[in-house]
Amino acid sequence: MTLSAGGDAIQELTLEELRNKVGTGMEIEDAEEHMLLSMGPQHPSTHGVLRLLVELDGETVVNLAPDIGFLHTGIEKNMEAKTYTKALVMTDRMDYLSPMSNNLGYILAIEKLLGVEATPRAQVIRVILTELQRVASHLVWLGTSALDLAAMSVFLYCFREREYILDLFEMVAGQRMMVSYFRPGGLWRDVPEEFVPAVRQFLDFMPAKIADYEALLKNNPIFLGRTKGVGVISAEDAISWGLTGGSLRGSGVNYDVRKATPYCGYEDYDFDVPLETDGDVYARYLVRMEEMRQSLRIIEQALNKLPDGPVQIADRKIVPPPRSELGHSMEAVIHHFKLWTEGFSAPAGFVYQAIESPRGEFGVYLRGDGGPKPARVHFRAPSYVNLAALPRMAKNLFVADVVAIIGSIDIVLGEIDR
Amino acid sequence: MNLDEVVVKKIEEAFPAALEEVSDFRDERTLYVRKADLKQVCQLLRDDASLQYNFLTDICADDMLPDFPRFAVNYQLYSIPHNHRLRLRVLVEDPEDGPETVASLWAIATWLEMEVWDLMGVRFKGNTSLRRLFLPEDWQGHPLRKDYPLGYEEVQFSFNFDEINAKKPHATKD
Repeated sequence: MTLSAGGDAIQELTLEELRNKVGTGMEIEDAEEHMLLSMGPQHPSTHGVLRLLVELDGETVVNLAPDIGFLHTGIEKNMEAKTYTKALVMTDRMDYLSPMSNNLGYILAIEKLLGVEATPRAQVIRVILTELQRVASHLVWLGTSALDLAAMSVFLYCFREREYILDLFEMVAGQRMMVSYFRPGGLWRDVPEEFVPAVRQFLDFMPAKIADYEALLKNNPIFLGRTKGVGVISAEDAISWGLTGGSLRGSGVNYDVRKATPYCGYEDYDFDVPLETDGDVYARYLVRMEEMRQSLRIIEQALNKLPDGPVQIADRKIVPPPRSELGHSMEAVIHHFKLWTEGFSAPAGFVYQAIESPRGEFGVYLRGDGGPKPARVHFRAPSYVNLAALPRMAKNLFVADVVAIIGSIDIVLGEIDR
Repeated sequence: MNLDEVVVKKIEEAFPAALEEVSDFRDERTLYVRKADLKQVCQLLRDDASLQYNFLTDICADDMLPDFPRFAVNYQLYSIPHNHRLRLRVLVEDPEDGPETVASLWAIATWLEMEVWDLMGVRFKGNTSLRRLFLPEDWQGHPLRKDYPLGYEEVQFSFNFDEINAKKPHATKD
C-alpha cells in the first residue's frame, strides 16, 4: 500500500511513514485493510493548495497528515532584505483574506520596537478598518464553508456584501485587497470625506443581511446534520494544541487578544466575546456569526468617537514630511531623501506583538539590529497553528467530515506557507 | 508582587542554575534559560498553580550571526488564567544539538518545532517528526539562516570552489 509523496522525485510512502509524518503522537491500531487517500492539493474544499494524506478504514479517518508548503514564498526571509516600510507589502500577501489585520500586526510591532504610538485619529481608523476586515473575512469563511456543505446560495450573498467592504478599502487605500494602508506612525493618508457616510450605510444594512444568512442555514437539515457534533475538540485539548480565534472560543475558552492585551485602544470599546461550549463545527459557526455582529458594534462606537486631528505622528525621522513642505524647507527635503533612500532605523532588541486577526492570534516577532532593515521577522500565523489540530479533530469521523472541519477552522494557505 | 517577579523567584528557587539572564525591553520580559534546563523550567511554568503558563503561543528561532552562540530559540508563553505573557530564550551553540522538545507539555510544540527545523535547522532533541515541511524533501540548507544567500552569491566553479567555500560563514564555531 504505497502512494507517491509528490514532487519531482516520486517517492513511495508507506503507512508507517505517514504516521511519522503526522507528528501528532496518536495511537493507531494496526489493520490490514487500511488505505491511503491523497486529498488535494488541487481540491476546492481544501481552501487553497493544501494536501491531506488520509489513512482510511473503509470510510472512517484513522489518521491524517497535512502536507503544506505549496505556497511557500519565503516571506520571512525576503523581509530581512528590505527596509521596515518596504517589507510591509509582503504582509498583505500572507493572509490574503485579511491584509488589514496583517498590516496592523506588523506595524504595531514596528511601533513597539521604535517606542512610538499612533495618533488618536489613526488608532480609531485602524480599529474601524480591521473590524471591517474581520467581517469581510468571516463572510468568505461563511460562504465557502457553507458551499463545502452544499449550501450554494449563502456563498453568493456573502460575496455581494464582501464586495461592499472591498469598495470601502479601495476608497481609502486605492486597493481592494493588497492595501498596505497602515504605516509606521499612522496611516498612509487620511480617509476621504465620503468614507464615514459609506460605513454608516454599511452598518444600516448589514445586520439584516447577517439575519438572512442565518435564516438560510439554521433550518437547513443538511447543514445542521453535518456540523452538529462533528469535529469536537475539548477546551483542554484546544489549549494544548494552541488553537486561537473562533476555533478556541467554540470550545469555551475565553481568550481574545483584543480583551486580554488590548491594542489600538480596544479597552475603550464595549463589546462581547462570544463563547460556545460544544467545541464542534456548529459551535465555531455560531461564534463567528456573533463575532460579525460584535464587529459592527465596535465600528459604530468607533465612528461615533472618531476624533479630528492628524493621522500621522510628527516625528520626521519616521514619517515623511508632506509634499507641500518640500518646496520651501531644506530640512523636509533632507528627511524625505533619507526616508526614501535609506529608511528609518529601529533600535536593537526584539519584541512580540499579538493582535486578534479574523483567524485567531496573529503574532509578530520582530528583531531589530539598529539598522534600517529588520534582522528577523517571524509570524505566528493562526492558520498554521490551527491546522495542526486537524488530525485530532477528524479522527474516527467520515472522510466527508474532514471537509466540514477544514471549513470550520478557517485556514488560509497563504498564511500557513508564508 | 508582579507576576514578572514571581516567575523569576519561582524558577530561581526550583532550579538555581537555570536562569542565565533576565531582560526587559518595551515592557516585555525575557528569561534566558540554560538549554539543559528548558524542559523542567517549562514544566514548572505550566504546572505551578500561581503561574499556569498553559498556552504555548509560538516557538521561533533567531540567527545572530556573526555572534556566538549563534542561534536563539524563543518560546512565547501565555497564561490564560493570569493573562500574562512571558518569553523564554534559549541560546544554542550547535544547531544539531538543540533544546529538548516540549511536545509532552504542549501538543502544538511538535508542529512548531518542525517549522523551526525546516527553515532554521535547529534540531530538537526527542522530536522524531522533524522533516521538510515548507520546502521540497530534497532541499539543501535552511533558508532563514543568515549565511543562506538571498541571491547575488558568487558563482562557484570547480577551480575556485574551495576558495569561495572558505569565505562562507559556517554554522558552528570551529
